[in-house]
Amino acid sequence: MLLASLPFYPLVSFLLLILFAKRLSWRLASAISVGAMALTALVSGLLVFELSNSSSHFISVDLWHWFSLSSQQRMAEVNVSFYLDGLSAVMISVVSGVGFLIHLFAAAYMKDDANFSRFMAYMNLFIVAMLILVLADNLVLLYLGWEGVGLCSFLLIGFWYQEQANVLAARKAFIVTRIGDTSMAIGLFWLFSSFGELNITAVSELIRGVGSSEIGFSLQESTDIYWIALLLLGGAVGKSAQLPLQTWLPDAMAGPTPVSALIHAATMVTAGVYLIARMHSVFLFAPEVMNYVAWLGAITLLLAGLAALAQTDIKRVLAYSTMSQIGYMMLALGAGAWSAGVFHLMTHAFFKALLFLTAGAVILALHHQQNIFKMGGLLKRLPFESALFVVGLICLMALPGTSGFFSKEAIIAELWLSTTAGPALWWCAIIGALLTSIYSCRLFFLAFLGNERFTEKLHIEKASLMRSALLILALLSLFGGLISLDLSEVFFKIKAEELISVNEPSWLHTIAIATPFVGILFSWFYFKNYRVDSNLEDGVKTNLTASEHRFAIFCRNGLGFDSLYDVLLIKPYQLLAKLNRRDFIDQTMMSTAWYVGLWHDVMTMIQNGNLRWYLAAFGLAIMTLIGVSIL
Amino acid sequence: MTTIPLFHVLVLSSLLFAIGFIGVVARKNTLFILMSLEVMLNAVGVAFIGAGSAWQQADGQVMFILILTLAAAEVAVGLALLIRMQKKYRSLDIDLLNEMRG
Amino acid sequence: MLTDLATIDSLFYLAATVAVIASLKVVTGSNTVHALLYLVVSLLAVAVCFYLMGAPFAAGLEVIVYAGAILVLFVFAVLMFGLGKDETINAPKSKSVANMFGAMLLAFALLLELTVIINNAQIQQTLQANVVSSKAVGIMLYGPYLLAVEIASFLLLAGLLAGYHYAKPDVQGSQL
Repeated sequence: MLLASLPFYPLVSFLLLILFAKRLSWRLASAISVGAMALTALVSGLLVFELSNSSSHFISVDLWHWFSLSSQQRMAEVNVSFYLDGLSAVMISVVSGVGFLIHLFAAAYMKDDANFSRFMAYMNLFIVAMLILVLADNLVLLYLGWEGVGLCSFLLIGFWYQEQANVLAARKAFIVTRIGDTSMAIGLFWLFSSFGELNITAVSELIRGVGSSEIGFSLQESTDIYWIALLLLGGAVGKSAQLPLQTWLPDAMAGPTPVSALIHAATMVTAGVYLIARMHSVFLFAPEVMNYVAWLGAITLLLAGLAALAQTDIKRVLAYSTMSQIGYMMLALGAGAWSAGVFHLMTHAFFKALLFLTAGAVILALHHQQNIFKMGGLLKRLPFESALFVVGLICLMALPGTSGFFSKEAIIAELWLSTTAGPALWWCAIIGALLTSIYSCRLFFLAFLGNERFTEKLHIEKASLMRSALLILALLSLFGGLISLDLSEVFFKIKAEELISVNEPSWLHTIAIATPFVGILFSWFYFKNYRVDSNLEDGVKTNLTASEHRFAIFCRNGLGFDSLYDVLLIKPYQLLAKLNRRDFIDQTMMSTAWYVGLWHDVMTMIQNGNLRWYLAAFGLAIMTLIGVSIL
Repeated sequence: MTTIPLFHVLVLSSLLFAIGFIGVVARKNTLFILMSLEVMLNAVGVAFIGAGSAWQQADGQVMFILILTLAAAEVAVGLALLIRMQKKYRSLDIDLLNEMRG
Repeated sequence: MLTDLATIDSLFYLAATVAVIASLKVVTGSNTVHALLYLVVSLLAVAVCFYLMGAPFAAGLEVIVYAGAILVLFVFAVLMFGLGKDETINAPKSKSVANMFGAMLLAFALLLELTVIINNAQIQQTLQANVVSSKAVGIMLYGPYLLAVEIASFLLLAGLLAGYHYAKPDVQGSQL
């Protein structure tokens, strides 16, 4: 029963806030929304506790019957029911825990916004959709949540809709993710038509049963599985901003910072990872697709890291870093390191939320200045925020002891020997880690060290709400790695663990641990001018500017994907639309409009207000009537 | 016993009606329109009386009396409106009253 | 000969001709008072027709109510207007029938159609006008037509009120 009620707390709060929108004071609106989130977080905690203590490894609850589907093979009942196992437990803890902290922060951060209630209502609605997504026991309900979070993402990116850039970003995010969602929907149709089942557990068991049996899959079935896995991957790629559908995420930073933290870093973008982990049975029997997943993740993590190196906007750096970290998760999933991927998802949610929120606090302090070349020297001016940012960054860089270290090392460790990954991908991950540490250092040096490059007086916010939320997140980021995740019940292995013949070089772990330090050392010297306070040396204030090298600009613009899509897709489509502007259907519509307009004119002309004219018309009508009756 | 055929009575009635109709449609002076209306009503009365006589029924005359009352009421209201119009527009031109045009 | 001519039939046709001509003068005239007098003539001629058709009661009513009361009302109204200049402005500019052409065309078509209908009907020659006594009319009026009489009285009342309301002088600040 506790499980069933979980999404309803934020739902009730959403309804209250959206109904009474502007009539609520800030105090009441934030009390409702944050209170609902606190309740959600509390109930999630209880549920996780209950799950860990129960003998079975899942809890499920059936709310109501939704609809039935029938195919030739069998009937499938689609119910609104929730299913909680280790994987979804991790997800609900992240969603409600991090969600609660971000709500807490947002209540203070957005205090002065005129549409505060609307903002909090959308945030609550997002939590509802996300909880439905992760708790769904069948793929249709999951898809409902999937679209719900997409909608909330759209609404929140375009929250400040008075500015055109925000609206365009929202539209872009919506359309690009729609491509992935369509692919996922087709995947679901395919799944149902070939296996006649949409319940996640049932599908998994069906596939495992056939796959592990002596007979195995028929040729047709294995082709089906291949395509289903590929289409589901398409959905995951869209939602998680992986190559080639990654272009929306940097633009999505147009939304308020708590939104970037909650939706575009901690929770929604990891939905793709969750989907693949949830459907791992399907992917396990499509090793080619697993390989694609791994390569996609690896390429994304490298490209996003490269792009992050050239950004000037603090939030865009973090956005590209999110992309790259999700690339790690994808890599882990592709390599079959399910637990490690999910573990990284969790720790990433902690430290990325922390980074975003701290960045938000910094941006607020600098009067909405997001350009890191206009910051500098903040370490002295904002020591609290700087310290927390450093915590976030060392987790991102995966320095030993932090949560990021545990999860990222877990991923890297499994890559070398994975059948679907291998040494090449291991090297990609290492280079990615190097890039991560370099761009993190660059960001830190530019924003927090060096000379002050801003002129306005700092607006120092000491709201205890904000600070407590940040502090808890920082603690979670530092020590979240100590949470032991045991997801072996959830994830299925095709064969029993074979004893790994030791062909793993002994230097692997050393390199993996040393990489971030190499990156730091490199940037310490390479970005010297960012770090050193040039004021003291020259006595002249030299203004730092971003590199204008063509390659740097290329990287800054997201490695040219936007212009590529513009040329490949948008331009031809617009051309087609232009050519087809006067098509037959359109002309039919227009002729109807013209006809109506014509009659309007005729009628207006007849109604000339001239009484004698009316009388004449009256006489004419009588004459016609009599004439007709005579003839 | 008279020998006027009903046919001729009805032709007379139609003639008067048509003349009245011409007046109503063609004249611009509202007073003339009212007078033409009287002619038309009268024409209808002729038809009723003629038919009543032909069928040896009193109903025709009853109808005529009703038409008479109608004409009286109509003239009273019409003339009152005319006085109103004269006050407002200083004219009896019916074409001035075209504010209801579409 | 003259007595032959002065049969009821010939008197009827004479009166009918007078009615038609007088009505035409009403419709085409330009002087209001003249037109009103022509209307009186037309009504009197029709009253003669009524008498000859065997409806003396209706003839009397026509003379008393129509020619006597309603037309006098008209004359009073015309006198109140003090038309003079206005009358000449709104009279037809030329005596030609050109500006009445459309209306006349319509009316003639209507007349033609009505004649065709009447001509086609079976009643042509068979039915002759006969005297209907005023007593029968009175019995009908207060018998089966009682309701109609009541309604007519309401109509007159409404006419009275409307006439009073519209024609009364403007009170300060009141709308029409």
